[in-house]
Amino acid sequence: MSKNIKLCKGLDIKLVGKAEAVVENAPLAKSYAVSPLDYENVTPKLLVKVGDKVEAGSALFFDKNNPRILFTSPVSGVVSAINRGEKRKLLNVAIEPDQTQVAKELKVVNPAKADRSEIVEMLLESGLWTSIVERPYGVIANPDAKPKAIFVSAFDSAPLAPDYNFVLKSEKAAVEAGLAVLARLTDGKVHLSARKGDEGFMSEIKGVEYHTFSGKHPVGNVGVQIHHIDRIAKGDIVWTVNIQDVAIIGRFVTTGKLDMSKTIAVVGSEAKKPCYKRIIAGASIESIVGSVASDVRVISGDVLTGSKTSADGYIAVKANMLSLIPEGDVYELLGWAMPRFHRFSVSRAYFSWLCPKKEYKLDTNLNGGERPFVVTGLYENYLPMDVYVSYLLKACLVKDLDKMENLGIYEVLPEDLALCEFVDPSKIEMQQILRDGINLMIKES
Amino acid sequence: MGLRNFVDKIKPTFSEGGKLSFLHSTFEGFETFLYVPNTTTAKGAHIRDCNDIKRVMIVVVLALIPAMLMGMYNIGYQSQLQGLAELEGAGVFGLFWYGFLKMLPMIIVSYVTGLAIEFTFAQKRKHEINEGFLVTGLLIPMVMPVSVPLWIVALSTAFAVIIGKEVFGGTGMNVFNPALLARAFAFFAYTPQMSGEKVWYAVDGMSGATALEQLSTTGTMQWSAMDAFIGLIPGSMGETSTAAILIGAAILLFTGVASWRIMLSVFVGGLAFGYLFDAVGMTEFPAYYHLLVGGFAFGAVFMATDPVTSAQTNCGKWIYGFMVGALAVLIRVINPAYPEGMMLSILFMNALAPLIDYFVVERNIARRKKLIKNI
Repeated sequence: MSKNIKLCKGLDIKLVGKAEAVVENAPLAKSYAVSPLDYENVTPKLLVKVGDKVEAGSALFFDKNNPRILFTSPVSGVVSAINRGEKRKLLNVAIEPDQTQVAKELKVVNPAKADRSEIVEMLLESGLWTSIVERPYGVIANPDAKPKAIFVSAFDSAPLAPDYNFVLKSEKAAVEAGLAVLARLTDGKVHLSARKGDEGFMSEIKGVEYHTFSGKHPVGNVGVQIHHIDRIAKGDIVWTVNIQDVAIIGRFVTTGKLDMSKTIAVVGSEAKKPCYKRIIAGASIESIVGSVASDVRVISGDVLTGSKTSADGYIAVKANMLSLIPEGDVYELLGWAMPRFHRFSVSRAYFSWLCPKKEYKLDTNLNGGERPFVVTGLYENYLPMDVYVSYLLKACLVKDLDKMENLGIYEVLPEDLALCEFVDPSKIEMQQILRDGINLMIKES
Repeated sequence: MGLRNFVDKIKPTFSEGGKLSFLHSTFEGFETFLYVPNTTTAKGAHIRDCNDIKRVMIVVVLALIPAMLMGMYNIGYQSQLQGLAELEGAGVFGLFWYGFLKMLPMIIVSYVTGLAIEFTFAQKRKHEINEGFLVTGLLIPMVMPVSVPLWIVALSTAFAVIIGKEVFGGTGMNVFNPALLARAFAFFAYTPQMSGEKVWYAVDGMSGATALEQLSTTGTMQWSAMDAFIGLIPGSMGETSTAAILIGAAILLFTGVASWRIMLSVFVGGLAFGYLFDAVGMTEFPAYYHLLVGGFAFGAVFMATDPVTSAQTNCGKWIYGFMVGALAVLIRVINPAYPEGMMLSILFMNALAPLIDYFVVERNIARRKKLIKNI
């Protein structure tokens, strides 16, 4: 039993609309979609055209930068649309599902006996490889690389995040099988981290290096955990996989069939009934929550890092939650001078410190205008890492690659700075600045 | 929502293509002052803390108010002590009103000059107007001697805003604290009007040394430590009342707007050097006098903690604060020609703050590089 790692920095933002511990089965959607935009640094090349018949596991497109990485259909059916945006940029491939779902016959190997290369091939062919994230940079793992370790966080600390102990309570075998597959991909260790005091079956899993963490968000971010378990130095490569994707990989190797169904949390103050839903990845928003009013923002993921989705769009394949919050496109008379009891702030210049247990209904208003960096010492309180946030961001802004490297760009991803971005009174788009910096590093390396 | 409708109605006139589009930033400045804009998050975090720079700045202005009110009263009180006929028998409010009328023109001149320049630059750069000057504009009259001519206030404000701030890119980019720069400019450019014994009184023909000057020349002062603490000694409006400044400090620390590390370490640095000089016999008064007289407390609470011009790393803040306090006392004691060391000490440390941060960040980089060797 390893030592518990306690983090003091961070913040749990309490929001209205926590998912009730009930799982509902969502109906088969009219349409499913896979989008290359949900992954970083992917240049898609299509393998299908409208009208093609596909099965669950059939490849839809691949990444031109690395043609071995395939993106596969989560359902069987007919390719109903290939949606493109400006300059013919591929937005997504939509599939109209068959009433009876058929999974493609894929080659499945026994992870305990097969060669590492056979396991890699199996994951690439099934499209499950896309769920393996490589750090530095947070891109889809390079199949030719060998990571020094693989990290899995068994809990999510983001606002209203799903409770994976509940989501995965009947999938212990699948999680174990998935972790066993991952163990074959690295010569190093597979690290599994759970929240102290809420460990579920995670502590019973064999063959992994087990850690517990306690503290506030972003304690569940795998990047923060890596920083405290085995920091990423220059030249290191580590991989991370979301715990629900581990279960999907495990299910695939035990049953031999690609089954992209998952349990997501539908949360937020505008969700009619916040609860868990069983869906197939990439389902249309309409099939999950029905129609959505125009003054509601639908977010594929959590409110700090998720992506904005239109009400007639689709949930991202990798998303484990759908957040619905009110849009905040209203003017507020002298708002900055008012007491604002209904709003949340970490600053005691407002009064939310008086009721620490209150759950807030926060909207998407920026609550101010963008300003230069003014306050100091604030960001570091919300990132439990040995990283100077404003110095790193300034290095990104001036495109100084050496400084970015020296100041720790290999260790952080935009999701790790989400909380700093939330508290920032200067309203600086930190996640975007860091992402641009990371993309520059990728381009120059 | 009649006001909102009115704002929406006149908005096109100021927007691009409108007749008054050259006043776009000014319009936007007033609009965002009246209404928090309806901008929603586009990228990154979808929800945001309701704190913004306007709120941060207004908290600082609030924290300055006790010192300002006390300073106004003290101007009347000092003039009465000097035997000004019109103040004979005046009550607390009468004395305050006298001081208020003395200070109001300075405050107005400082705000009008500074804001006019800020608006012009924002307009030229097509930026939003920054709120930083709300604080600077009040700080400047609070650190100037009472009897300084208004044109000097205007000129030094203009110097501080243009040379101190805008040439570097505006709020957030400046090296020196603009309010202190204004005072330093006035002091060195117009020494006759800014020094001597007369400037600390609002009334012509009256004079008297400040507590600081008395301490540096004779080693004692005619006021008790209690008078100095409450603020019944001559000096510029903001700096005399340590008690009122401490109320401001409490507001800044409680809201987390100012860094407690800097504030604490400035006092520690000042006391440490005060005791040192006392111990070696270079001064003949208790070390804590340093904290009560002159601009020490005001500088420690409102000037040294300016987040833009102070050290930015937590470790750097300790060093920066200690040095500010220590240097202020050092200048006071070693250089009797210029008894007020706080201004120069903070400006000097403003210049050194990036260097302190550089070494702190280098240590962070060294820790990161060590990870590579460990493999």
